[in-house]
Amino acid sequence: MSLDAIITFAITYGIPAIITIVGLTTPILLAGLGELVAEKSGVLNLGVEGMMLVGAISGFGVTVITGSPWLGILGAAAGGGLASMLFAVLVLQLNSNQVATGLALTIFGTGLSSLLGLSFTGRIIAPFLSAFPASVAKDPVLKLLFGYSPIVYFALIMVPVVYWFLKYTRAGLILRAVGENDHSAHSIGYSVVAVRYAAIAFGGAMAGIGGAYFSMVITPMWAEKMTAGRGWIALALVVFAGWRTGRLLAGAYFFGFLMWLELFAKANGFGTSLPFLQSIPSQFWAAMPYLMTVIALSFISSRGTAGSNAPACLGKPFLPST
Amino acid sequence: MRLKLEKRREPSMVMLVATPIASVILTMIIGVVVFDLMGINGFQAVKDIFLTPILASYKWQDVAVKAAPLVIIALGLSLGNRAQVWNIGAEGQYIIGALCAAGVAIAFGQTGGFFVVVLMIAASIIGGAAWAAIPAMLRTRYSVNEILSSLMLTYVAAQVLGYLIGGPWKDPNGRNFPATAPLLDSQSLPILFPGTTIHLGVLIALILPFAFWLLMSRAVFGYQVRVVGSSPNAARHGGFDTRNTIWATMMIGGAMAGLAGSLEFSGVLHKIDLGFASGYGFTAIIVSFLGRLNPIGCLIAGIVLAVTFVGGQVAQTTVHIPNSTAGIFQAMMLFFILASDILVRYRVRLIPSTKPIAAGE
Repeated sequence: MSLDAIITFAITYGIPAIITIVGLTTPILLAGLGELVAEKSGVLNLGVEGMMLVGAISGFGVTVITGSPWLGILGAAAGGGLASMLFAVLVLQLNSNQVATGLALTIFGTGLSSLLGLSFTGRIIAPFLSAFPASVAKDPVLKLLFGYSPIVYFALIMVPVVYWFLKYTRAGLILRAVGENDHSAHSIGYSVVAVRYAAIAFGGAMAGIGGAYFSMVITPMWAEKMTAGRGWIALALVVFAGWRTGRLLAGAYFFGFLMWLELFAKANGFGTSLPFLQSIPSQFWAAMPYLMTVIALSFISSRGTAGSNAPACLGKPFLPST
Repeated sequence: MRLKLEKRREPSMVMLVATPIASVILTMIIGVVVFDLMGINGFQAVKDIFLTPILASYKWQDVAVKAAPLVIIALGLSLGNRAQVWNIGAEGQYIIGALCAAGVAIAFGQTGGFFVVVLMIAASIIGGAAWAAIPAMLRTRYSVNEILSSLMLTYVAAQVLGYLIGGPWKDPNGRNFPATAPLLDSQSLPILFPGTTIHLGVLIALILPFAFWLLMSRAVFGYQVRVVGSSPNAARHGGFDTRNTIWATMMIGGAMAGLAGSLEFSGVLHKIDLGFASGYGFTAIIVSFLGRLNPIGCLIAGIVLAVTFVGGQVAQTTVHIPNSTAGIFQAMMLFFILASDILVRYRVRLIPSTKPIAAGE
């Protein structure tokens, strides 16, 4: 194969593949970052899927009404954040069971988004694309770097921000302390409940923006249950990453790659040129993120709490002993 | 004046029973208000979702058929929840159970009859339990959180289903549609009342709660589950093994979910397609909480949830709201029941405001 042929091949197949993978990754990266912060504060919120759906319809609705996708993104964050507050009040104020409350939030969000979406069914918006001028965003090669929605860049910027926040800021240290040992944090005067409120709200807002990626970028219209279970993948991602920000980014792109393999296999894209890959059913790739997560979880857990980065108070209610 | 929470020595029995009822009623009231604010006829919507299925006798069979899997799965989950074992992968165990039953049916080809139906049910129970054994094993051996592992396995199960019905088990006469061939009549569950859709599974769902009630209240195992859940230390001193309890409750939870899967397959749907898993495994978690983890409570709560499902379909045609709106009501009931838990465990006292207590008190 000549060099020219390789370059042509890369431009025709490689670049579209990477662009698809970036699109598949962005929603789970956003929701995963949010859930990571919430879990680091000791709260397990299984309502990610519900918050994503509420974000998807809020973002879409605000964009339709105001005409501004930027306001739409704010609306998505607000929608996801508000939905998460339902969970927060129950879990933090009334010490309800986190697993059941999170599941209830997902069911609630699914129903609420369908209901809110009633008046927006059939409406179409201009997809919230390219943050950069068309000269670079449409270039067959440069679009690899510049051809994405602003949401994609936002997600990527949030990775170092969350990393820096958790690791180097005082607030991040307090948040981790609350997740690691709520009673100690409480006894030295930090408000466990306030910290967790903030962490849950951040998680909700990020999930909301992640959901809006579906309704504002991928298919610029509203459809019931359009996030198609990606909220659960985001939850798996946090565990797969072992509650580490850097690994979350790598894991998100790995999961994105697996999702792309699934789509590719479904479209029978391997053809007869790769008989080995062709013989693997698409469902195998779809199941991989979950299987990998269970395996990763087993490794993390078997090492005991000492080697693990899992917050010690994850999922446990905080009951001050006074 | 301020409110003070005082821990009760014993959970309040009155609150235990009153709060689920109050949750349902509150949900209905808020439903009317919120829907009216949204410009939808709230009274009609709530009436259709909660009352029409009860008042219209031709809807009873739909309620019974919907309630059966919810009750059966919730019974198994309640047992685990009592022991603080959180199996939220019932949906996956339900899928695997149904697939095992389908596998038996396919293996027998054109042969049917009592023996095959019993074998299908047995296979589903074993399959569901085996799927639940994975998180049980991971939890007891590697202390893997069963909430996360059982949830992940649900999505793996869904892909197993997709693979089987789109590949080896695809109906050869199904116009390339991913679904199994329709089940033979002789491999299906008998209908209890001719002319209705009420199948044998409904009877099973009516009997099982009483069996579970006996197990929980009269057998040593039931006592063990309650002790392990409420005070793990006491359980250890009493010689109850936590590991055994995790294994037993997970396996029973999986077995019940698997059973529900095969009953739904051979009693209602008669084939497995991509829409087979309709969320019963997740809704059963609501049923289990609304029923206060009590077997008889699960029976009642299962019927209530089934009513909202059937009612959701009614409201879809009368006030034109999406079917999934019923989910809002189901979630609201769960929110209220979870919020009211605090009334069961604590007593709310009004305390007259006093001067600050002197330091050193």
